[in-house]
Amino acid sequence: MTELMPAEGVFSLIWLLMALPLAGAAVLLFGGRRTNAWGPFLGILTVSASAVIGWIMLLSMMGNAPEERTFDQTLFTWVSVGDFQADMAFQLDQLSMVFVLLITSVGALIHVYSLGYMSHDRDRRKFFGYLNLFVGAMLILVLANNFLLLYVGWEGVGLASYLLIGFWQHKPSAAAAAKKAFVINRVGDVGLSLAIMLMFVTFGSISFQDVFGQASEASEGTLTAIGLLLLLAAAGKSAQFPLQAWLLDAMEGPTPVSALIHAATMVTAGVYLIVRSNVIFTAAEWAATAVIVVGVITMWMGAIIGSAKDDIKKSLAGSTMSQIGYMITAAGLGPIGYVFAIFHLLTHGVFKAGLFLGAGSVMHGMRDNVNMRRYGALMGVMGITAVTFIINYLAIIGIPPFSGFWSKDSIIHAAFEKNTVVGLLAMGAAGLTGFYMTRIVAMTFFGKARWEDDEHPHESPKVMTIPLIILAIGATFLGMALLFWGNIETWLEPVTGYAAEELPLPEYVYVVATLALVILGAVIAWVKYARAEVPVEPPHGSVLTRAAREELYGNQINDTLVVVPTYVAADAATAVDAKGIDGLVNGLAAFVAALSGRLRRYQTGFARSYALSMVGGAILVVLALVLVRAS
Amino acid sequence: MNPMNYVVLSALLFTIGSLGVLVRRNAIVVFMSVELMLNAANLAFVSFARMNGNLDGQVVAFFVMVVAAAEVVVGLAIIVTIFRTRRSASIDEPNLLKY
Repeated sequence: MTELMPAEGVFSLIWLLMALPLAGAAVLLFGGRRTNAWGPFLGILTVSASAVIGWIMLLSMMGNAPEERTFDQTLFTWVSVGDFQADMAFQLDQLSMVFVLLITSVGALIHVYSLGYMSHDRDRRKFFGYLNLFVGAMLILVLANNFLLLYVGWEGVGLASYLLIGFWQHKPSAAAAAKKAFVINRVGDVGLSLAIMLMFVTFGSISFQDVFGQASEASEGTLTAIGLLLLLAAAGKSAQFPLQAWLLDAMEGPTPVSALIHAATMVTAGVYLIVRSNVIFTAAEWAATAVIVVGVITMWMGAIIGSAKDDIKKSLAGSTMSQIGYMITAAGLGPIGYVFAIFHLLTHGVFKAGLFLGAGSVMHGMRDNVNMRRYGALMGVMGITAVTFIINYLAIIGIPPFSGFWSKDSIIHAAFEKNTVVGLLAMGAAGLTGFYMTRIVAMTFFGKARWEDDEHPHESPKVMTIPLIILAIGATFLGMALLFWGNIETWLEPVTGYAAEELPLPEYVYVVATLALVILGAVIAWVKYARAEVPVEPPHGSVLTRAAREELYGNQINDTLVVVPTYVAADAATAVDAKGIDGLVNGLAAFVAALSGRLRRYQTGFARSYALSMVGGAILVVLALVLVRAS
Repeated sequence: MNPMNYVVLSALLFTIGSLGVLVRRNAIVVFMSVELMLNAANLAFVSFARMNGNLDGQVVAFFVMVVAAAEVVVGLAIIVTIFRTRRSASIDEPNLLKY
C-alpha cells in the first residue's frame, strides 16, 4: 500500500503550483488597464514558473521508491460540519504529476504563442488573466485530494472555459457558444455533485483515501450508481455522447483557447476523473461497460463529424472528440486500460495542441479565414507551420515512430484483450482518423491554391512558430520517451493498477492491420483532396456527409429533447401564473368590487330610510334578547 | 295602582314617538317625536324604580334628561343652520350623501 509522504523539500511548494497562476490571474484581472503593458508577460511568467517547479518535482519524485511517491499537503480545514470534513489539501502522486507537467508545459507554450496571436487584440491582458485562471483551476482539479476540492477546480475550469469561449463578447455567436458550453457542462456537473453526495452518504467522507479505501465495503449497486454519475460528469466535461454538442461551437473562441482548453487539458478532466476513481469502476462492472459504450460511440461520432466539416477548427474539434473517445474507452476497459488512457492523453495533449496552434498559424496567415475550401497549396508559403503540422498529423494517425502510434495502438491492443468487437471498432476508427486527418492536411497544404483574390498568405512570426516547433518535437519523441525511458506502465501502476493480458493473436498482426487501415484511409483522402479538384462550394454530398455536416443532428436532437420541452414548460408555467393564479386573485378583487357596487346602493342619502333601518335593527336585538331570556 | 300600567303607557308613547320619527317630514316635528321617545324612556325608568323599590331608575332619568337637553341644543342649531341656507326644514331634501 502506498504511504502518504509528508510534503517536504521541493514538495512543500505543491500549493505554489496552483497559487502562482491564480495570483497572476488576480493581478491581471483586478489590476485593470494599469497592467496592460506588462500583463501578458506576467501571465507567461507565472505558468512557466509553475512548469519549472513541476519538472523539478518530477525529477525528485523519480528518485523515490515507487511506494513513496504520493505527497500530501494540507493547507487548512475548509469545511468542517458535523461528520463532513473537506480540507484545502493537495495530493501529488504519479497520476497528478504527469497532469501537472502537461498542463503547465503545454500551457506555458500556448501563453507564449498567444503573445503573437493576440498581439492585435485590445483586451489581451484580460485574455492572459483568464488563461492563468484556467491553469490555476485545472491544477486545483488535478492536485485535490478530496472530491469537493476537485469539484471547485471542475467548476473553475468550466467558468474559465465560458469566459474564454465568449472572449470576443461582441460576437453574438461567441456569446451563445459560451452559454451553450456552460449549460451543457452544468448537466454533467449535476452528476458530479450527486456522486459526491452519494459518496458521503455511503462512506462518510469524500477524500480520495477514504472513498477508495472503503470502496470494497459498499454494495455493487451503490458503486454502479456512483460510477454512472461520475461518467455523466466526465461526459459533460469531455464532450462525450450525449453531452457532446458544445465542443464544436466552442471553436468560436480564439485558437489558443481551443488548443489549451478544448484539446489538451480541460476536456481531458473527464478522463482524469474516471482514472482517478478507477477503484470504483473496477468494482462496478456495469458502470465500466457504460464507460466503454460512451467512449466507442463518441470515438466514431467525432470521426464522422470531423470527416465532413469544412471549418478547420471544427474538423479538429471532431478529432478531439474522437480521440477522447479513445481515452474514455481505454478507461472503461479496466486495469488493462487505465494506463494507456493516460498515455494517450499525454501524447494527444501535445500533438493536438500542436495541430490547433498550427491551424491558428494558418488562420493568422489567411486573415482569420477558417474555410478549408479556401486554402490549398500553403506548403510552399508557410513552411514551418506546414512541417510541424504534418509531424503532428503523423502522430495523430498513428504512424511509427511518432508518439500517437505507441499510445493509440496500446489502446487498440487493450481493447482486443477485453472484447473483439470493441477492438475492431477502435481499429476501424483509427482508419477513419487516417482519412479525415489526411483530408485536412491535403485541403490545407497541398493541391491547388483556392485562395480568395486578395489573399497573401505568409508565415507567422517566431513567437508563434517556436512553440509549434517545440510541440512537434514533443509529438515525435514523447511516445517513445514515456514508454521506454519513463516506463509509463510501471510509473502509473501504483495509482491505477495495471494488468497485462494475453492477446488472441500475436501483437504484430494488430499493428500491421491498424497501419494498413490507416494508410488506406490516408490514400483515399489524398486521392480525393490532393489529387482531385476540391470544389470551393461544398457539394451536396451523400446522406451521411450531410448528416455529418449537421454534427449528426446533435443540436436538433438536443433541441427536441431538451430545449423545446423546457420552453413549453416555461410557457405553461407562465400561463398558469398569468391566467390561473393572477386570474384567481384578480377575480377575487373583481368580485369584491362588484359586491361593493351593489351594497353602496343602500346609501340613499335619505335620512328617514336610515332611521327605519335603525328601528328595524333595534327590534331584532330586542327580539333576540327576549327569546334568549324566554328559553 | 299597578305600576305596570305606567310601563305600558311608556311603551305606547315610545311607539308613537318612533312612528313620528319615521313618518313626519318636518325636522322640528321629528325632534318633538324624539323628545317623546326620550320621555317615554324616562317614564319607564321611574316606574321600574318604583317597582323595584330603589331610586336607581330615578337617577338614570336625570341623566336622560340632561342628555335630551344637550341633544336638543345641538340638533336645533343644526336645523336652524340648514334652514338658513336651504330655506326648507324638510329632512327629505338634504340627500348629498347619496352614492
